[in-house]
Amino acid sequence: MTLIQVTDLRRTFEVRRKEEGSRRRHRVEVEAVRDLTFEIAAGEMVGYIGPNGAGKSTTIKMLTGILVPTSGHIRVAGVDPSRNRTALARRIGVVFGQRTSLWWDLPLRDSFDLLQKIYRTDPARHRANLAEFLELLDLGELLDTPVRQLSLGQRMRGDIAAALLHDPEILYLDEPTIGLDVISKGRLREFLRSLNRERDTTLMLTTHDLQDIEALCDRVIVIDHGTQVYDGTLAGLHERGGSTRTLVVDLVDEVAPILIAGAETRRVEGPRQWLSFPADASAAPLVAALASSYDVADLSIQEPDIEDVIRELYSRPPAG
Amino acid sequence: MVDAAVAYYRIGSLWVRASMAYPASFWMMAVGSFLMTGLDFVGIWILFGNVDDLGGFSLTEIGFLYGATGLGIAFADLFVGRVERLGQMIRFGRLDTMMTKPVPLLVQVCADEFALRRFARVFQATIVFTWAATYVDWTLPRALVAVEMVVSGSLIFFSLFISLACIQFWTADSSEAANAFTYGGNTVTQFPLTVFPSEIVKALTFVVPIAFVNWYPALFILGREDPFGLPSALQLASPVAAAVMLAVSALVWRTGVRHYRSTGS
Amino acid sequence: MLHTAVASRSFRRYSTYVGATLAGIFTNSVFGAIMCFVYIEVWAANPDAGGYDVTDAVTYVWLGQAMIMTVAVWGGGSPDDLAARIKSGDVVIDFYRPVGILGWYLAADLGRAAYHLLTRGLAPTLVGGLLFDLRYPADALTWLLFAIAVPLAVVVSFALRMLASLTAFWLLDDVGPRTLLGFAALFFSGLTVPLVLLPSLLRDVALALPWATFLQVPADIWLGKTTGLEVLGAYAFIVAWAVVLLGACALVLQRAERRVVVQGG
Repeated sequence: MTLIQVTDLRRTFEVRRKEEGSRRRHRVEVEAVRDLTFEIAAGEMVGYIGPNGAGKSTTIKMLTGILVPTSGHIRVAGVDPSRNRTALARRIGVVFGQRTSLWWDLPLRDSFDLLQKIYRTDPARHRANLAEFLELLDLGELLDTPVRQLSLGQRMRGDIAAALLHDPEILYLDEPTIGLDVISKGRLREFLRSLNRERDTTLMLTTHDLQDIEALCDRVIVIDHGTQVYDGTLAGLHERGGSTRTLVVDLVDEVAPILIAGAETRRVEGPRQWLSFPADASAAPLVAALASSYDVADLSIQEPDIEDVIRELYSRPPAG
Repeated sequence: MVDAAVAYYRIGSLWVRASMAYPASFWMMAVGSFLMTGLDFVGIWILFGNVDDLGGFSLTEIGFLYGATGLGIAFADLFVGRVERLGQMIRFGRLDTMMTKPVPLLVQVCADEFALRRFARVFQATIVFTWAATYVDWTLPRALVAVEMVVSGSLIFFSLFISLACIQFWTADSSEAANAFTYGGNTVTQFPLTVFPSEIVKALTFVVPIAFVNWYPALFILGREDPFGLPSALQLASPVAAAVMLAVSALVWRTGVRHYRSTGS
Repeated sequence: MLHTAVASRSFRRYSTYVGATLAGIFTNSVFGAIMCFVYIEVWAANPDAGGYDVTDAVTYVWLGQAMIMTVAVWGGGSPDDLAARIKSGDVVIDFYRPVGILGWYLAADLGRAAYHLLTRGLAPTLVGGLLFDLRYPADALTWLLFAIAVPLAVVVSFALRMLASLTAFWLLDDVGPRTLLGFAALFFSGLTVPLVLLPSLLRDVALALPWATFLQVPADIWLGKTTGLEVLGAYAFIVAWAVVLLGACALVLQRAERRVVVQGG
């Protein structure tokens, strides 16, 4: 069943810009999003990625009804978001990564209580959801702590619980893991996976972190300069973008560039060497091969950068 | 309507609780606001230490005008005064968050940071109005017009607050210009309009109908002829002015929201 | 040198809000015009009220509008920044700077005042001069004497606002003290009504309080009511308050430093 349907979506902004050589500011029309068409089925988990300023937030804001499209059509759960914003709000949950919708000076509990009232969630349902989310998100002990005293990670979990208490069919997450430490990120991903599994909640998230996508999304939509440049699996994206991961190896001694099957040595600096290998290949056999023929002191793996992947996507001719 | 009022009440009372996080500051602010709103009238009272009448009106008559416009702006400010912070809510992205909630946006904007101290203005205006009303020669029609005056006056200021705040959907940093009409309109109508040139009075009647907040109905209640010779029908026309203003503000708000461009990319 | 840099950076910071400045000038002009019509009526009934003639009174109104933002009668300016930093805990950084907090924030506030004088001080006065007959300083010396009084008044106002902001060290929220201070400033500066119109006992008290330096004292220099050696007396009055209040700020800061509260730390 199609839950989100976007057809020929376009949004422009008028901005004033100083042009070179001229002291006057001119009005320029900028296309934040253009010719966007995609469908998302109920129960999907879709990563929506792209560089800064690509139009990710603009799209999410149109899908939630905050911004009115310049042209094109959107149907979310059967309605036009900007015309039925308030009604649609009951059926969706939204989390904007860097701002909170919780009450700064009051305990978490108060924000949750208010949400129950303004969403008019059935009280029993609310209690059950709250108990479950407190458990899964490890918020139980923080319920009576004023929001201003929570850490960024705790607040983000609080915001996610707040966005889910009314059983939304769709959850939009705008940069949910930004600024979080590795453990918080991991927990959050685990929670979102179980949410999708247990409740069949449709998830759409924008992110800078490819690991979010790897952990969560079967499908990725890539947008750049307002247009869609890719729609498919993450593996397919890596393949098309030819993206690579990097194995950073610290050896005990300085040696000649490592020669090993399945990887390519890119850089050597003293005892440290950088080896790149295809992003969809496993690192384990490489590490094993390395350890058997070299004295390895330390290892780390660098994930491909979204910007790099997208750059690659452009520099290669489209395959097929 | 009822849903909106309930939502307003719930959001507002949460903010009141939040403000209690700093009790000392809360009480100082409550007292300060009460004193501050009363200053205008202290000023008028001091002027009357130097003159016997102002523009042909006595202190008690001016007290009646003052109390009436004071109640109008006090009720409007109580419920929707916060809308003047719209630009700030846009800048900090708070409006985006509000737009994802199932409560009318205007309700959320106006209930935002609701503070009990806004009752100070209502309280202060009520005192002056009640005092001045004891000098009025009351009849039933006059009493009805007085009720209609306070309701219409509140709605006119209510509409002014909202329509003018909508400018911030386009330019976020010029919110202060709205004060010239809202609080400026309040200041103008604290005095008998005979103090001002007739062109200004006509502008306040036909362009921005602030004179309907108190001046015309008060002429009726105080049993006075229109000093500018304008038709006496105007004295009963405040509800019409309020209805027109409400319609305009609803239109402006809708246009503003559809024009909203959020922040960032 | 450092302080000049701080002041000019503050000046530039305020000068980026062009829309806000224009909106403010418009609002000041509207309020100025309203009060002029009222005062013209008052002085028509009592031509030498408070020892002023009608031209003095109308000029006083515009000087008042010019000073509102310049001396920050309502509050604001760099002490607000400090209060925000106290609440967020960033104030710790200020304590570790190699320059004194007081001098740093005073420089910033003087930069702000300079900007507000040149825009929101000058522009409404020009508007007032176009609409009404104003009295200007009689000679170059009077202009100079007035020009010296203004920055001194800003220092007094700064110290008062600073004291209100510093309460945030103890209350963690300074809105209450600021509201009370705003009330006192609004009345005792002579912005509500000229202090010379007050009943005699109240007038004597008001003229001895620090807020008299905001408007009444500079206005009397401008209008030529304070001349010759009296001007030195007026300066001594302003400087004495500045010294006392800055001293109080320094004391409070010292105690605050000892108990720096880092919010959420």
